[in-house]
Amino acid sequence: MFADWPLLSLVIWTPIVGGCIVLMAGDRMPEGARRLALFFATLTFLISIPLFVHFDRGTHEMQFVELLPWIGAFNVNYHLGVDGISMPLILLTTFTTVLVVIAGWEVIQHRVSQYMAAFLIMEGFMNGVFAALDGVLFYVFFEGMLIPMFLVIGLWGGPNRVYATIKFFLYTFLGSVFMLVALIYMYTRSGSFAILDFHHLQLGMTAQILIFLAFLAAFAVKIPMWPVHTWLPDAHVEAPTGGSVILAAIMLKIGGYGFLRFSLPITPDASMALDWLLITLSLIAVVYIGFVALAQQDMKKLIAYSSIAHMGFVTLGIFIVFLIFSNTGDWQGAALGIQGAMVQMISHGFISAALFLCVGVLYDRMHSRQIADYGGVVNTMPWFAAFFVLFAMANTGLPGTSGFVGEFMVILASFRADFWIAFLAATTLILAAGYTLWLIKRVVFGDIANDNVAKLQDINRREFLVLGILAFVVLLLGVWPAPLLEVMHATVDNLIQHIAVSKL
Amino acid sequence: MTFQIPDFTPVIPEMFVLGMACAILVIDLFVPQSRRDITYGLVQFTLLGAAVLTLALAAPETRLTFNGTFIADRLSDLLKVAVYVITAAVFLYSRPYLKDRDIYRGEYYVLGLFGVLGMMVMISAYSFLTLYLGLELLSLCLYAMVAFNRDSSRASEAAMKYFILGSIASGMLLYGMSILYGITGSLDIIEVSDYLITAGGGLNVPLIFALTFVVVALAFKLGAVPFHMWVPDVYHGAPTSVTLFIATAPKLAGLAIVLRLLVDGLGPLHGDWQGMLMILAVLSLAVGNVVAIAQTNIKRMFAYSTISHVGFILLGLLAGTPEGYGAALFYVIAYAVVSAGGFGMIILLSRRGFEAENLDDFRGLNERSPWFAFIMLLIMFSLAGVPPTVGFYAKLAVLQAVVQVDMVWLAVYAVIFAIIGAFYYLRVVKLMYFDKPEDETPLPRATGMNVVLSINGLLVIALGIFPGVLMSLTTGVVTW
Repeated sequence: MFADWPLLSLVIWTPIVGGCIVLMAGDRMPEGARRLALFFATLTFLISIPLFVHFDRGTHEMQFVELLPWIGAFNVNYHLGVDGISMPLILLTTFTTVLVVIAGWEVIQHRVSQYMAAFLIMEGFMNGVFAALDGVLFYVFFEGMLIPMFLVIGLWGGPNRVYATIKFFLYTFLGSVFMLVALIYMYTRSGSFAILDFHHLQLGMTAQILIFLAFLAAFAVKIPMWPVHTWLPDAHVEAPTGGSVILAAIMLKIGGYGFLRFSLPITPDASMALDWLLITLSLIAVVYIGFVALAQQDMKKLIAYSSIAHMGFVTLGIFIVFLIFSNTGDWQGAALGIQGAMVQMISHGFISAALFLCVGVLYDRMHSRQIADYGGVVNTMPWFAAFFVLFAMANTGLPGTSGFVGEFMVILASFRADFWIAFLAATTLILAAGYTLWLIKRVVFGDIANDNVAKLQDINRREFLVLGILAFVVLLLGVWPAPLLEVMHATVDNLIQHIAVSKL
Repeated sequence: MTFQIPDFTPVIPEMFVLGMACAILVIDLFVPQSRRDITYGLVQFTLLGAAVLTLALAAPETRLTFNGTFIADRLSDLLKVAVYVITAAVFLYSRPYLKDRDIYRGEYYVLGLFGVLGMMVMISAYSFLTLYLGLELLSLCLYAMVAFNRDSSRASEAAMKYFILGSIASGMLLYGMSILYGITGSLDIIEVSDYLITAGGGLNVPLIFALTFVVVALAFKLGAVPFHMWVPDVYHGAPTSVTLFIATAPKLAGLAIVLRLLVDGLGPLHGDWQGMLMILAVLSLAVGNVVAIAQTNIKRMFAYSTISHVGFILLGLLAGTPEGYGAALFYVIAYAVVSAGGFGMIILLSRRGFEAENLDDFRGLNERSPWFAFIMLLIMFSLAGVPPTVGFYAKLAVLQAVVQVDMVWLAVYAVIFAIIGAFYYLRVVKLMYFDKPEDETPLPRATGMNVVLSINGLLVIALGIFPGVLMSLTTGVVTW
């Protein structure tokens, strides 16, 4: 019965309308605002489930398509649809938002309705980004999402929040305007803003390179890649827990999604020609940022750098396919890289969300993110320690957790391309283990470091619920990733076939 | 020579506004200060009546009258209705401001109404003479309005500057037109255009000489760099209600005369004026956006922001395609709506003895009034060109027009300065949302102004969600 509903529109507009309602309810009744927000977030999540259940796994065609004219003068349409790449990301978004709403329940006491509304509206925009099949529509959601995030970091953030949020906004804006010019250029060439038309647009090499670089500016900032990553540690450190979770779990994925939806299919030849650049930058992210993470004194900053390193894996997996092809000519083997990147994105969505929530739990009690202020937390918070250690292990890519699957696939793909690339990529297993386990050692284990730690209360039922759900998902994907792989299989195969054909 | 009675139907709205303005001038003499609302009501009624008349007489075909010196077409209908609506909002915003400063006089509104008449004539002018008449009628009204608060020395200084620089610009325009008359032998735009087409190409020095003067004069009136010096001073010095007026409706009329003069009249010289407009646009984008960062006074900031937006409008014009003219038209209407809201917010925060002119006066607005902070947020993001507000589509349309004529570098240049511009708009949002209020005075409660300002703000986002409505209007009226 659900298959005929405009599910994608509902997934986009339910939270946006819900957010406006929460906003209008105002701050007079904070409890009401929380409940209303939880209602709308849960409702959106429930609406998104049929997207997964009724998804036809056998085809790469867009599904749940909605097409309405929007701006006639520019041939811009309200065109929505999902395939195996975008559908899991929508589910990730709706799922994470529910957790964020629950996680902010008692923590946020100041301007509750605005906080909840910002997250709901942001959820709608992010779903729009993943569902949009029209360039202008995509751009509108892509940029519009910045406004609520700008306010979330600036209003509920830490002491240096204004600097961080303006940096975040301008960085992302800077990247995306070049993409806008590229989109407009392709519109003047093809007469349409439809992304699927762009996929089949014939472009010369110079045009492809320029378009590729424009997209790179947008998505490299978003994902973020070294050297344009510097906004991320600032934004993460200053953002409230919910903001960090959304940033790490979803916003970074938009960069990876952009590469798969735009860069690869629209400019396959430029991607092939410039794959060395992207692979180099990814390896720098994996190795160098891994070392940077080792040196951090601030828990959130450490996880932020860890995110950048893990996103390096995503871009590596995406662009290694070109190298595999030029080395072996085996396109089917190349699919492993993209699948690995996708699994890594989804898995990192859960793990980084969980880690930021764990840091949030500690921060709410101690109001400090400094590693040096902690020690021996396991003695006072055993349940919390169990969760934290589990997510830390997942972050290092322990087999049995979701973190393992993606990394393993990408490393495996890299071996088909080049031993040394795989070798460098695999150092992450050591580096990630190093910085994460050292963090755990200093924060969780050992003797109780000071009186503040001695007074800590273990997690309450609300926190247990949030972390428990995440732990379940992380383990489930770790031992049984097949449902996720099935969903994206046809789409990834089609993408590989598409980029195998030169546009020149 | 036989005397023909011209067709008066296309000018009925103008005659109505003229008649009403004269009548209100007389009626106002007999209205005591305590009943000044009568004058105000009559003025708003005039605007409403003019809108009804314009819409009732609107016809798809182009009508020329007075021996081809006056044109009524779909472009003029659209622009006139936009002028009425925006002016009505401006007058409404002005009322509490003028009352608080004891300058709530009938003359303000009568001058405004004559200004509207001037704009209507500009919009419909199809001869150099009519065009000049309309421009001067508007300018003289604006000079007087800037000096309206006669006790303010700053306003008088601004009015003087505006008057002198404006007169120079008018002189340049007249000079350019007179040379054009000398070359072509006609003042009618259509005949000038015909002459240029038949004369054909080739470098014609006197023609370029005349064109330069015309472009310089138009740049003065629009406030494009390097002819922008009056803009910040006038915006800053004038009473806020007058700044609001100058910043909105006259831009529409200004675009109209640019379209009539450069496109209709001197269209065959497109290759020549394209380069001139390009220089103006490039400089305006740079100077406007960069200098705005340094401003602490929000009216001056808006002035420089206007200059940068003029740069964008020029980009649309210089593309020289129907898409480009449509984009410029969309941009200017969107800009007028948004900046009406922006200055309306300044008026809302001001009160007797206090002008909310400094950026710091916006500190902590979210604590004082979340609703109006949200409205101002929308306005700021719209000016920065962030979707889903109308400002984004304005920029999109202009960029599309520029890219279409293979000037991608110009589009890239424009977006880079748009990012620089985003910084100072973000700063206003930062002050409103992230800082603590310095001034705890509650905002005035539920007046008509609050309602209209809210509608104005919501229009910014409504046009952003459904831009197709306005977009099809603006592309539909462009007939070149």
